[in-house]
Amino acid sequence: MTALVETRALTRHFGGLKAVESVDFRLDKGEIRAIIGPNGAGKTTFVSLICGRIAPSSGAIVFEGRDITALPAHRRVRAGIAYTFQITSIFPRLTVFDNVALSVQRRLLSAGRPKPSALKAGVGEALERVGLIDRAGTLAGNLAYGHQRLVEIAMGLALEPKLLILDEPTQGLSDGEVEGFIALVREIASDATVLLIEHNMQVVMDLARRITVMNFGRVLAEGSPEEIRANKAVQDAYLGTGSDG
Amino acid sequence: MAFGPYFLLASLEGLVTAAVLALTALGLSLVFGVMRVVNVAHGEFFMLGAVLAWAVSTAFAGHPSVGFVAALFVAPLVVGGAALLSERLVLRRLGYDPEATIVATIGMLYIIQQLALTFYGADARPVQAPFNVRIQLPWFGYSGYKLFVIVAAIVLILAAWFVLTRTKIGLVMRATQYDRETAQAFGIPVDRVYAGVFALGAMLAAVAAVLIVPIQQAHYLMGRDPLLLSFIVVIIGGLGSLRGTVIAALLIGLSDGIISVFFSPTLAKMLATGLVAMVLVFRPQGLFGVPAR
Amino acid sequence: MTITTRDWALHLGVIAILLAANFLLPEYHRGVFSRVLVLAVFAMGYNLLFGYTGLLSLGHAMFFAAGLYGAGLPLYHLGWSVPVSFGTGLMAGIAVAAVVGVLALRTTGVAFMIVTMMFAQVFYLGTLYFTTWTRGEEGLVLSQAMRSVEFGGWSLNLSDPSTRYMLALALFAVVLLAMLWLVRSPFGRTLVAIRENEERMRMLGYDVFRAKLTAVVVSGVFCAAAGAAYGLLFGYVGSGFASIQYSILPLLWVLLGGAATTLGPLLGTLFMFYIIDYSSGVTSAYLLVVGVTLILLVLFFPKGLLGSVRERWLGWLP
Repeated sequence: MTALVETRALTRHFGGLKAVESVDFRLDKGEIRAIIGPNGAGKTTFVSLICGRIAPSSGAIVFEGRDITALPAHRRVRAGIAYTFQITSIFPRLTVFDNVALSVQRRLLSAGRPKPSALKAGVGEALERVGLIDRAGTLAGNLAYGHQRLVEIAMGLALEPKLLILDEPTQGLSDGEVEGFIALVREIASDATVLLIEHNMQVVMDLARRITVMNFGRVLAEGSPEEIRANKAVQDAYLGTGSDG
Repeated sequence: MAFGPYFLLASLEGLVTAAVLALTALGLSLVFGVMRVVNVAHGEFFMLGAVLAWAVSTAFAGHPSVGFVAALFVAPLVVGGAALLSERLVLRRLGYDPEATIVATIGMLYIIQQLALTFYGADARPVQAPFNVRIQLPWFGYSGYKLFVIVAAIVLILAAWFVLTRTKIGLVMRATQYDRETAQAFGIPVDRVYAGVFALGAMLAAVAAVLIVPIQQAHYLMGRDPLLLSFIVVIIGGLGSLRGTVIAALLIGLSDGIISVFFSPTLAKMLATGLVAMVLVFRPQGLFGVPAR
Repeated sequence: MTITTRDWALHLGVIAILLAANFLLPEYHRGVFSRVLVLAVFAMGYNLLFGYTGLLSLGHAMFFAAGLYGAGLPLYHLGWSVPVSFGTGLMAGIAVAAVVGVLALRTTGVAFMIVTMMFAQVFYLGTLYFTTWTRGEEGLVLSQAMRSVEFGGWSLNLSDPSTRYMLALALFAVVLLAMLWLVRSPFGRTLVAIRENEERMRMLGYDVFRAKLTAVVVSGVFCAAAGAAYGLLFGYVGSGFASIQYSILPLLWVLLGGAATTLGPLLGTLFMFYIIDYSSGVTSAYLLVVGVTLILLVLFFPKGLLGSVRERWLGWLP
């Protein structure tokens, strides 16, 4: 297997706080990987370093064999890393269509001036996949929360990324919506690598082939769902902080 | 004349500028620090103070000191009242949105300027100093009143520092500045604190204007320079920092005084403004501030 | 997303009406309209940045004045021709906008407002300081002879009211259609989306800084074109046009007409001109009118005339 992303001794400090401390991490092509860990373990900071929202204090990030540590966020997105925000971040005053069109437009711009027909087709396809095609004309801000999360994912999909990072995608979704989401991610994983931060253990166990556990900014354990379930240190970390099941 | 006397004169003039500037900028800094809004009409409150000082002092016959002392009380109170009114009528309704507030205070700037022009006129008018003493320095005699202005400003700034750091009012203000929501949750009437701070900021400008008006004549456009200089001071000193404001006022006042004696004042202003813009671009926390992380 | 027939009809219709106005308006009002058309170009340039991109600058007088002086100084001192001077005016606008953009865009929000205001103040003081060339507040009067245009035996008199009106309208029409095209283009959508959610745009792979810098430069060029045209058509170049007041006025016009609408700037400029014109018959308190209008707008009417029309009735308005 070839590595899609690798980090070497990746570190980020905020003042005295060691949010991410010397993390060596490897993600293979085609994987669905979950990162779990108690609140404040540094999960969001870690994926933010990969997608370029935050600059590292030290260490290196390699994507498809290329060192991207110094690359600004927008260039990383164009290289194929898409990020969906933990707190839903869409364009509430634009229609669902326009939200996704911004993604498609960006992808098409790389190949020259986008044609309106290609734009429409691209948006249609992404909305079809998340099941929002009949809401295309609605203002995104008027959608129910669960649907806003789907718009967010559609925007990520429409970029046709090689790596899709999902930051707590099921937070605030109903049980029914979570099931639909699991099916959606399986489908996405057929042509993209997925890295997700998730608190819902059901989702993690259902989806992930491998799990990375973080605590205090470091990688505590890594392995298959069964290995993680049986890991003593992981149990201690969760019981110790008494958080999230 | 040699360099020495020029330099002493320039430094003294600079100190007077610095003293008045520190008071004015302190008002602007307070409003920005606590309310997180920029009051573009601040210079007009300064102008209003000066114009009122002229009106009050001419209304009192007899010794000029009577009118001056009256102005020292009346002008800030009237200006504070006007500020309070505009805060209640306009800023509060805007929810202190930073950009809308700037637009609205620009509107206030024009209104106050026009009112001054209509009722006071386009002339520059002098106000007599409360006393007329010359103090003999090594090379020349110097106005005792100007030295009084420096002392008065120091006293007022010390008083402000005492109120801000040693009293309950100061504590309430700092709590509001630190975290509006938490302050509200602890039962601090944030709404009234804002109104009070806005009025207080305007009053500081008015006091500064009353002090300066026997040196500089009152004119309806006189608010422009203090506004710009106060901006500069607040930016260089770091927003909302009392100590930074005073140090920056000294720096700006002294260099303004010294540069103006030796160079063209327009060039001095040009360079100062350009430099400060650069500070804001490359070191937004100010020269004395600490980066926010 | 593309320019519809309806868009074309509306904008070309407005231009046609303005063309007819040249022959229908009484002399005095034709003069007012000439000025309004040029200043509306200034407002449209401002609107691109403030309305569509969401960047509130308090220093646009600097771009207007860059065009004004960029055109006026070579014409006055070097005897360059009108078209060449117009070109140097645009160049000056591009240069100033690019430098100011690169620096000021490092800041956001209130700091951006103050930084642009300060750069404009430096520019204004510069026009006062270099008084040998600019004659400061007194300014330069560009005589009719300097402003005559000749191409191959054919001459154009810029102080003729009808010629002046037509040239002002030509500039206005070009910039209006450019705005329409821009707003309906992918770039226009990019700018609006940056206004709505900058961080999301970055994470969609957009180079936000470059887009904003482009917006500043295009906005600066439109404003410089207005400044250059103003100097050349009305024959006066003075530092008053670089003062803070000329940074506030376009904001006022755009707020009044409707931010982020293509035709709002024209409407706002026209309204404000006539409000002041009529009120000056009653009172000399011109500043009071400006001040009260600003406050009433932000308090009760933040979307402006066309913004409200779009919200209530015509959602398709560009």
